[in-house]
Amino acid sequence: MKILLIGNPNIGKSVVFSRLTGVNVISSNYPGTTVNYTRGYMKLNEERAEVIDVPGTYTLEPTCEAEEVALRMLNSGDIVINIVNATNLERNLYLTLQLLERKLPVIVALNMWDDTKHLGISIDVVKLSSLLGVPVIPTVATTGEGIKNLVEHLYNAASPGVAVRSHDERWAAVGHIIEQVQRVSHHHHTWRERLADATVRPFSGGIIALAVLAAAFTIVRFIGESLISYVFNPLFDNLWLPVLNGLSNILGGGGFLHDILIGKLIDGNIDYVQSFGLLSSGLYVPLAMVLPYIISFYIILGLLEDTGYLPRLAVLMDTIMHRVGLHGYAIIPTLLGFGCNVPAILSTRILESKRERFIAATLISIAIPCAALQAMIFGLVGERGWQYVAIVYGTLFTVWIILGLILHRLVKGFSPELLIEIPPYRLPPWRATLQKLWMRTYGFLKEAVPIILGAIVVINILYSLGVFEAIANFTAPVVTGVFGLPKEAVTAIIIGFLRKDVALGMLAPLALTNGQLVVGSVVLSMFFPCIATFVVLLKELGVVNMIKSAAIMIIASLIVGGILNLIL
Amino acid sequence: MPIINLKDLRAGETAKISRIDGGYGMVNRLAALDIRPGRTIKKLNSSFMRGPVTIEVNRAQVAIGFGMANKILVEVKDNTP
Repeated sequence: MKILLIGNPNIGKSVVFSRLTGVNVISSNYPGTTVNYTRGYMKLNEERAEVIDVPGTYTLEPTCEAEEVALRMLNSGDIVINIVNATNLERNLYLTLQLLERKLPVIVALNMWDDTKHLGISIDVVKLSSLLGVPVIPTVATTGEGIKNLVEHLYNAASPGVAVRSHDERWAAVGHIIEQVQRVSHHHHTWRERLADATVRPFSGGIIALAVLAAAFTIVRFIGESLISYVFNPLFDNLWLPVLNGLSNILGGGGFLHDILIGKLIDGNIDYVQSFGLLSSGLYVPLAMVLPYIISFYIILGLLEDTGYLPRLAVLMDTIMHRVGLHGYAIIPTLLGFGCNVPAILSTRILESKRERFIAATLISIAIPCAALQAMIFGLVGERGWQYVAIVYGTLFTVWIILGLILHRLVKGFSPELLIEIPPYRLPPWRATLQKLWMRTYGFLKEAVPIILGAIVVINILYSLGVFEAIANFTAPVVTGVFGLPKEAVTAIIIGFLRKDVALGMLAPLALTNGQLVVGSVVLSMFFPCIATFVVLLKELGVVNMIKSAAIMIIASLIVGGILNLIL
Repeated sequence: MPIINLKDLRAGETAKISRIDGGYGMVNRLAALDIRPGRTIKKLNSSFMRGPVTIEVNRAQVAIGFGMANKILVEVKDNTP
């Protein structure tokens, strides 16, 4: 038994999915949060039923990859739960009628039912149900209201046998239904609506956007730094360091096992950043340097997502984004990229054309540093002075613009126009927002920590075998000649393929000048995606485009690294 | 009432869509969002530097790229109360 959840974008399908299956999925207040289907299970009369959260779609005639996924899923379902936005019945019913023409058993969940009251909308549910010929259940997914009722009526899902209609006939039918079931009374503008209008006006909106982004950056830094200095550093210095010192003594302060577990002693002491042992840097880098910024970044991103601000930012950014061959909506994958490039590249599926997806994915993997790398840039480069951090970010931003302008001219095809629905502002549903923060933090711990620990073991073994020295000598002309870095820095660039945060940490013991550290940070950001990003790029772009994209990254980083080396 | 381009409609004004001068794909993408001839819409912001136009249609707000807005013809309604 397979149950599909289908409906327009951003109407709470994923929330209904979580309610039905208990599986938590990421939901946000903008169209296109779910770009791939998610699968979960629920119990239905002692039977295990598979529930699938299908990406949102306005029509069964797909206009982008995410909608194509929806259409492909449709043929495999036994029951369709059509989630309908009760505050915008007319547009949502178009998809409902298309579904009814498909001869699948359908049940309608009239979601966001609570919002209809203060918007002055009244809907005759009984009449709607008899006109459509399928059960209609009012629900409020965020609170769980009506979900039980929905489950009880699942087996009543019906297929009334509607003949296939043309567009115009379908819209006429929608109009006919609306006339009979919906009454709208006038309501006054709320403060949220007035704010909503101000944030999309070019002038006031632009100022608000700058303020929001500046505030977001400041708060991310504030939360991240506070967590480091008041929580994680005290823990590592006061509790963990004595343990490691004891262990170091037992192991005799050196030797192979000591190097792997504790790492090299720096001036006779353990240095959490430079020692590079499994239990020293291996734990300190992911937990005390990166994790605090992962938490702070995702708190702020979650709030921006759930209030509904991001689509407005997309509207404001449209003019700029068109210059780089994208439209405004590409700002959303880009912002996600500041957290992790993997979900960012997946979310380029909300863009309509292959060309846009190629440009967006390439620009993200080359010029958008992920939160882990940024945390290390803050930690290591910030130590030398924040002007150097500014140079790193300024360089990456310039690369983003210039490369975008070039790709816009060179990549064939056309980029469609922006066309998005702007959701109303909502107060973030706290439970869901915190849950999302937890899922993303846990995802980092689960996926990044094992790789970091593995990378450190591999690095130590390769060091002791002298492999790195051989590679360093071989690539010295490029690394020293072009980038002006010591030849040992090449090992960091290679390790960057595994984890960029660890790689930047490897630059710490090399006693680089400020300029060299800036060059190293920029080259590490640009040179090549980390392995996780590489895999999704390959999957999303295909082999040929992936090779093109990688070639662009390598060439661009050689040029930019070289120029920076000459200037600094 | 005069028929003008959506981009030339003033912010705050209400109008009825009379024609969409686009290809099948564009007409379809707009129709899926309930933007089609006969619909009454309200323009919320004016576009700036060829930026998108935001309109309200059926209580939903939709942002439409400049080029697309250029191809939507509307009949201005009498806005005097």
